[in-house]
Amino acid sequence: MIETLDQIFVLLRRWLVSFLPAAWQPVAGVLLSVVAIVCLFPALFALTTVFERKGLARIQNRLGPNRVGPFGLLQPIADGIKSLTKEDIVPLSADAAVHFLAPVLLVVAVFMGFAVLPMGRNMVLVDMDAGLLFYFAMGASTELAVFMAGWSSRNKYSLLGAMRAVAQMISYEVPLLLSSVVVVMMTGSLSLTKIVEAQSGFTWGLPHWFIFTPWGCAGFVMYAIATTAETNRSPFDLPEGESELVAGYHTEYSGFKFALFFLGEYLAMFSISGLGTTLFLGGWSAPFSFLTWIPSWIWFFSKLMLSIFVFIWLRGTLPRLRQDQLMNFAWKFVLPMCLLNLMVAALWRFMGDGWLRWVICSVILIGAYAALGWGEMRRGKIGPRSYRYAE
Amino acid sequence: MLGEGIIKGMAETAKNFFGSYRSAERMTTVEYPEERIAPIEAARVFPFLVFDGADWAAGLRCVACQICEKECPPKCIYIVKSTDKKPDALGKPQFYPVKFDIDISVCMSCQICVEVCPFEAIKMDTEFELSTADRFGGLLLDRQKLSKSNEYYHRIHATEAAGVDARLAAEKVKADAKARSAADAAAAKAAAIAGEGA
Repeated sequence: MIETLDQIFVLLRRWLVSFLPAAWQPVAGVLLSVVAIVCLFPALFALTTVFERKGLARIQNRLGPNRVGPFGLLQPIADGIKSLTKEDIVPLSADAAVHFLAPVLLVVAVFMGFAVLPMGRNMVLVDMDAGLLFYFAMGASTELAVFMAGWSSRNKYSLLGAMRAVAQMISYEVPLLLSSVVVVMMTGSLSLTKIVEAQSGFTWGLPHWFIFTPWGCAGFVMYAIATTAETNRSPFDLPEGESELVAGYHTEYSGFKFALFFLGEYLAMFSISGLGTTLFLGGWSAPFSFLTWIPSWIWFFSKLMLSIFVFIWLRGTLPRLRQDQLMNFAWKFVLPMCLLNLMVAALWRFMGDGWLRWVICSVILIGAYAALGWGEMRRGKIGPRSYRYAE
Repeated sequence: MLGEGIIKGMAETAKNFFGSYRSAERMTTVEYPEERIAPIEAARVFPFLVFDGADWAAGLRCVACQICEKECPPKCIYIVKSTDKKPDALGKPQFYPVKFDIDISVCMSCQICVEVCPFEAIKMDTEFELSTADRFGGLLLDRQKLSKSNEYYHRIHATEAAGVDARLAAEKVKADAKARSAADAAAAKAAAIAGEGA
């Protein structure tokens, strides 16, 4: 029974496909999975928009949306109808073809990332050997879509937003990759299913998740910072800083094209949280050995939603960074820490079992964090803001 | 240490998040159409014309001097001055506005018209539920729509209205005294002329 529930979607797919002739079955199976992904994540996006608005409201001691449907849960339907009925404006001097392609490309590129994410035991669309590489290739192509949007709009705010977005996304792509590389070093595989399997064991009832090792913990923190920047979420939302750039690269988008950008942004958040879950939080594995009876996909989506909650929490807490702070933070703090983390991971690998490697690796990482942070803060490169006023 | 502030901030927002479910005092907003907060005295939205007495047309304080029309930065006031004169609150014959329109889609609520008015005739309103389906006609307020009684003014801006009333009363006393002394002088002059004649 437990086994069936765990595999319910796999069995359901097999059952549905079995009605077709054998030659069509592989294609139909893939198509079914694609349809499931394409339906599930936008639905999750719709729910997340309400929860985000309600969460932010609660953080600010407000009530949040509560008018459309019970507890405002039907708000996304109202928003969807609104964006569908709005006029779709293309600026006269815009490059119409590129302007149209940008949101489509963004959503397509983001959806491609979901193909390699294991969302439960045996629940992965394409079990690619180089899944991680594929994911990052797809993730990087969203930058192109963002720049296409900014460039084709022929609007100064759009272009500035796109420039910022590209600068930021490329800068944070480096720590994003380097923080994930430690996991590849440890598991010796780029396949995401293998990475999850490597974390699925238990010791004394506790899981073997990489976040519970010094290098994994440091890697996860760096990964979280890089993903926040990569998805243009607050406090790294410079590309669409509404107080500075109207709406950044999607200033000239209205109606459903704007909704597509919005969707793309949230889907990117889901997929990158899913990847973080896979790399550091044990993917679909249970957090305690006595909870393994709960279906694997429930664990995956719980962890995913938990990450989304942290994203919302951060957005409700932190003010936006300045451009120079953003760049300094990426190149002078996150990148050195990521490089050090690679060394520490290697050290961990070659020190063998025992308590000594825990102490040494932790001391190196915490020491480096404290020293780097102290040094940078003293030079005023990062840390509290200072203000100068005209006299 | 680096990141300390972030942790502190996150703790604060988490406190707000959970606290807002537990205590109603934390809430900074009310559910507007059902619940309302009384407007504060200093609130201002768009200007209105003050009238004394019961009849708005007779009691308008405005004398169509058109200073506000000239001073209005976005030029949202349109006044047509009368050709005849009517006695004002002090009994003095004055012009009055035949037409007094304010386009509140243009008005920027700067209160300059109120500052420049020498007759305390135009004041700021606190009424903000002005949405209308007709965005041209519905937002162009005419003389009648703009007129509101002095009692209404007292209701929305109590302190300010009391000050205005005191000033107007003092002016009236002064004007009365002046009129009386002028009348006395005229009477004395008439008596003197009469005495000379005799």
